[in-house]
Amino acid sequence: MTTLTFPIPRPTHPTGIWNWLTTIDHKKIGVLYGVTAFILFLSGGVEALLMRIQLSGPGREIISAEIFNQLFTMHGTTMIFLAIMPLSAAFFNYVIPLQIGARDVAFPRLNAFSYWTFLAGAIILKISWFTGGATNAGWFGYAPLTSVQQNPGTGIDSWIISLQVLGIASLAASFNFLVTIINMRAPGMSFMRLPLFTWMTFITNILIVLAFPVITVALIELYFDRSFAMNFFNVAKGGDPVLWQHLFWVFGHPEVYILILPAMGIVSEIISTFSKKPLFGYPAMVLAGAIIAFMGWMVWSHHMFTVGLGPIPITVFTITTMAIAVPTGIKVFNWMGTMWNGSIDFKTPMLFALGFVAMFTIGGISGVMHSMASSDAQQQDTYFIVAHIHYVLFGGAIFAILAGIYYWFPKITGRMYNEALGKITFWLTFIAFNITFFPQHFLGMDGMPRRIYTYDPSMGWNLWNGVSTLGSIMLAIAMLMVVHNLARSWRKGEPASGDPWDGRTLEWSIASPPPEYNFVEIPTVYDRDDWWARKRREVRRAVPVGGGSGDDEAHDIHLPQPSYWPFVVACGLLIGGFGLVYPVGVYAISIIGTLIGMIGVYAWSLEPVNEPEDGESSAH
Amino acid sequence: MAQATVHGEHEPTTTGLNHRKMLMWAFLGSDCMFFGTLIATYLVYKNRSIAGPMPEDVFSIPVTTVSTFVLLMSSMSMVLAYAALTRNSMKTFRIWLASTAILGMTFVGFQVFEFTVFANHEVVVKCADVGVVELTSVERKVAEKCGTADEHDGKVEETVGLTPRTNLFGSTFFTLTGFHGAHVSLGIVWLLSLFFLSFKKGGVTPEKNLDVDLAALYWHFVDIVWIVIFTVVYLFGVFPGF
Amino acid sequence: MTQEHSEEVHTGHPTPLTYFKVAMILSVITAIEFGIFYVEWIGHAIIPILTILSVAKFMLVVMFYMHLRYDRVSISILGKDFPIFSLLFVGGLVVSAGVVFALMGLFEFFTG
Repeated sequence: MTTLTFPIPRPTHPTGIWNWLTTIDHKKIGVLYGVTAFILFLSGGVEALLMRIQLSGPGREIISAEIFNQLFTMHGTTMIFLAIMPLSAAFFNYVIPLQIGARDVAFPRLNAFSYWTFLAGAIILKISWFTGGATNAGWFGYAPLTSVQQNPGTGIDSWIISLQVLGIASLAASFNFLVTIINMRAPGMSFMRLPLFTWMTFITNILIVLAFPVITVALIELYFDRSFAMNFFNVAKGGDPVLWQHLFWVFGHPEVYILILPAMGIVSEIISTFSKKPLFGYPAMVLAGAIIAFMGWMVWSHHMFTVGLGPIPITVFTITTMAIAVPTGIKVFNWMGTMWNGSIDFKTPMLFALGFVAMFTIGGISGVMHSMASSDAQQQDTYFIVAHIHYVLFGGAIFAILAGIYYWFPKITGRMYNEALGKITFWLTFIAFNITFFPQHFLGMDGMPRRIYTYDPSMGWNLWNGVSTLGSIMLAIAMLMVVHNLARSWRKGEPASGDPWDGRTLEWSIASPPPEYNFVEIPTVYDRDDWWARKRREVRRAVPVGGGSGDDEAHDIHLPQPSYWPFVVACGLLIGGFGLVYPVGVYAISIIGTLIGMIGVYAWSLEPVNEPEDGESSAH
Repeated sequence: MAQATVHGEHEPTTTGLNHRKMLMWAFLGSDCMFFGTLIATYLVYKNRSIAGPMPEDVFSIPVTTVSTFVLLMSSMSMVLAYAALTRNSMKTFRIWLASTAILGMTFVGFQVFEFTVFANHEVVVKCADVGVVELTSVERKVAEKCGTADEHDGKVEETVGLTPRTNLFGSTFFTLTGFHGAHVSLGIVWLLSLFFLSFKKGGVTPEKNLDVDLAALYWHFVDIVWIVIFTVVYLFGVFPGF
Repeated sequence: MTQEHSEEVHTGHPTPLTYFKVAMILSVITAIEFGIFYVEWIGHAIIPILTILSVAKFMLVVMFYMHLRYDRVSISILGKDFPIFSLLFVGGLVVSAGVVFALMGLFEFFTG
């Protein structure tokens, strides 16, 4: 035995704060992701609400123009990077290993690192409210609004560094899930038997892996411009601000699919389960997802039709943008095909999933309207765009995430939520959402620009702004009802069985909440929707035993052990990030952060995944 | 043998491939996008600098060819180190690993040298050449001093350094090659860590050759990035009309 | 278990001699790149020539030193087999090349 000894003992805290800080259980990390991201989602909602109150009538001065700029920038950044992406990541964490029949992800410690790094990024961004002003250049931070001449202070820097840190978190998580999905599938789980949510996660993670380096470089260039007086976006030295727009949207358009593909996966699972039918056109669904991901790289300049690209690029990007609506349409029709002739059970998750299909379709159609450059020129930077993005990201992504929360809540907590309250919440959300955002189509068509902090009474925008604000308050109440239902049910809900929905995929084949090791025996998969098929198989086929007999396997399950180091490395990143935002001395704080991070990395890489136990050396 | 199981390196996986190696390949795919974007920025801004120095003013192809050769050779010694480890000859492994790190440091040394020279770039113009030989934009600027008190022995000279702040070329060039150099430096730290670890009992063993394999993949990747940079930035950079 | 599957048997990696030969080819190509640079009559043809030479170097390192030639374990998606490592790496490479060329085109690198 040649074991590297390490001075600090392995964390062994069964409960309490240290348990959460050192956990590498994908289920606990999933819960951490979910709860944190939901809180951040609510904070983004508060930011939105403040803006809606300011805009409720003409000429209001509740909020200053500067604070308004910070609010819409923070709202966009929060919702995209701190709410929708990590909420999707919560589902990746909790559900993917269960759906593919694995006991954990491929890199449990890296998974913990992703969560803590995400939290570090969130802290860096959110704390900027209290350190001299948050970022205020819009969530896509167009140059030269972000230049140090136009925008001194630390707001933009905190935005840059927080996005970099969040990028590290997303990349680490994506590498992890790519490897997990390729390499940890249960025996028999071929790619064409993967549940659709797993498929969409796979595609999403490919997109993250390829898209995030682009924004990383763009942000590095911007940071260098601001901090070291370089010239990337400096017009005086020949720099071209349009390059920022291109780099941002080369990342930004795949990012849109990073936000929506997991939602599509969740909805596919739910519609199939509650229609009691296999997913209609499964291969077409997979292929449509892959085509969306591929074509997502060829449409980015449709965000820039009004910067003067010239006729040929505009034509090309118009055509590709119209074309990408086709695979999206395929998905919508397949969801409808799945429900056709099904025995549909209108539980809360199903209602939200149906809300998704309807609202996402509306958002998709207004999206196709923008694909025509001449029409887009009228809509660019108006509330029509605001309406569109909220139909696809709230009516789309958030509806699907809420559907997923209700769907997997019994699995995660072992308790049922309040169904009646859930249904009321859905209808309130649905109605309030449409009251809030549908009038914004009218406002946009009427010429109201986005990002204005107030407007003149004579513009004719008073009525619909008032209606929209009313809707947003209703929406806030609906979200509080979601919180109430979940928080109450978590403690006092009816106990849930392992399979409350008569589910189709492997996560429903185990207890709720799942044991720490997930599966006593790694299942062997014979079908797509294997659990559904297994429940209906009259005689269970003989299970071929891969290695070791099944009975004593429960005693022989070796789970990865908790570790301090992912948390330490993330702390290093947090401190290092702060040092870059608030440079003191010669980036002294960053150097300290780097040192902490390096100590963590070394300790991490010298620490074995499992401490060797007595007798284990002879077991294998 | 239990060690291998404890480290999870030979766990049965769906594809039979190792998790960590798969992660490394996915990371390299991702890093392609990172360098791709930096190269795109460089190329988009090529010939758009308002003032010099330009690539043809500062680049010395012979010097960079030597440093390119050094990095290529480091790739060879890296793969030989890996091969030696799988053959269980630890001594050969250590020799090749150390040479790889030393060659890497030599490359970084070349880069530091090059950056220093660029930052202190001296432009000398023979005033007799003005109007006869085609001058670069920087030379034309310096040549304006011909006929003034600055002219000595029929020559004028001035330091026109290239820094990241000088022009678009400086910003894009130093950022691209600087991040490549940072990758090389990180690789050196990694290799040296493995080198010192190999003296610890059980630190680096033929059974755990994957630890070295991953470092090698990273090292070769840094090498192929330089192959692209050498051609696109240096060779094409001084070629007129590209 | 690992000793039975020693690396040579397991992956069919080449011998040090092959690695050395590859290094010699890489050196020769670099020397050609350097030499050809001073041959003036080639003119603009130097750009495709240098491109081909550096692609050759790139491929040699990836195929031999990074062993991509030998790592052919595949996954099957929609009836097609894809070697996993190649898929992960070449995927990134192709997308990044696409982005580079698209941006060059958009900024009139080829036409301006």
